[in-house]
Amino acid sequence: MTLVLLTTVELALVTTLWLLLLATPLAWWLARSQHWAKEIVGAITALPLVLPPTVIGFYLLIALGPDSPLMALLQPFGVRTLAFTFTGLVIGSIFYSLPFAVQPLRTAFEAIGDRPLELATTMGAGPWDRFVHVALPLARRGFLSASILVFAHTIGEFGVVLMIGGNIPGRTEVLSTRIFQLVESLQFGEAHRIAAWLVVFSFAALLALLLVDRRIGTPRP
Amino acid sequence: MTIAIRLQGRRGPRFLLDVDIEIPSAGVTALLGPSGSGKTSLLRALAGLDRHVGTIRFGSGIWQDDRLFVRTERRRIGYVFQGEGLLPHLSVRRNLDFAERRAPAGPFDRDEIVGRTGIAALLDAMPRDLSGGEMQRASIARALLGQPRLLLMDEPLSALDTPARGAMVDWLGDLLPRLGLPVVYVTHDEAEARRLAFTTLVLRDGRLAGA
Repeated sequence: MTLVLLTTVELALVTTLWLLLLATPLAWWLARSQHWAKEIVGAITALPLVLPPTVIGFYLLIALGPDSPLMALLQPFGVRTLAFTFTGLVIGSIFYSLPFAVQPLRTAFEAIGDRPLELATTMGAGPWDRFVHVALPLARRGFLSASILVFAHTIGEFGVVLMIGGNIPGRTEVLSTRIFQLVESLQFGEAHRIAAWLVVFSFAALLALLLVDRRIGTPRP
Repeated sequence: MTIAIRLQGRRGPRFLLDVDIEIPSAGVTALLGPSGSGKTSLLRALAGLDRHVGTIRFGSGIWQDDRLFVRTERRRIGYVFQGEGLLPHLSVRRNLDFAERRAPAGPFDRDEIVGRTGIAALLDAMPRDLSGGEMQRASIARALLGQPRLLLMDEPLSALDTPARGAMVDWLGDLLPRLGLPVVYVTHDEAEARRLAFTTLVLRDGRLAGA
């Protein structure tokens, strides 16, 4: 049980860190660019919101399986497949939770507006300087929201994990798939315990999210 | 030495800007005109915040021509915006630090600027807690600490109520000529322009309508 909990938390943490790293430049581009393809990229980014998790899991299983061209590229490094591994699980979670990172970040970046960035430019700050010292601090609420959402959403994920992870005890088994397993084998007592904890955790995460929005979100005139 | 500006900017079918003017590179020059006359567009182009077709020369240096475009952060300008002119996440003191840290050595001394703009008591305040007049004085201090070669001001008093505005005009009339630096001052208020500027250029529909 402890092992399952550890795997779950580790997956959620690693996914959150990766997504903050990957979604930040993407959200910045979506917020600031005038490019015609912007909304197309935005829609692709939001796809995991509406796709059945089994669809994402299915494609990932093929892409990360031993016969895929992607894995052929990794062959020289001694990697034959990432299906049914923890790494595969992380990759799946990154795709699955991508919109939950991009959306709050994009909104936060858009809310900054042009003024603070133009101000910084006139003070001699170049693009990178402006991003680090103006955009990032002004978007801090978005980063907090994105972290909470991605972490909670990854804990709550089921379909993708089952497809790509295969529910292997000690490696790719997480809380949500454990519940499924317990119910299948009619161990309702144990299933109840985990399920109840997940309800409490999810509620706490959403409450934290609302408080973050209230506290740090100073209203703009 | 002058600032020579030749710009043509379109938005859709109509001209936003169609000017060929010279601004003296000393003293205060007012850009006067009704709203929509292109004065803010001209100021933003001069700062490098917007880009139109044409050339801009600052003295012997080129800021913009067919091939070259010097970015805002390299033009060494001070810009006082209409309304909010400080970074909202930093205190007044840290706004001044922000400007100072990115500026080359120059003639403007921090203590002197803080004294002259009268913001010593406001240094620990956050921008959202400042009144309109305080915000503008802090913005001017912030702009000067960047050690600019040119100060651009976009209707700095338009957000103030009438009594505050009168006091600020007098204060600016005293401050600006003593800075020893060219100032381009955008306003739609003729009295303000007359009080503050040596030279006044009038814009209408993006073109020079008089001087």
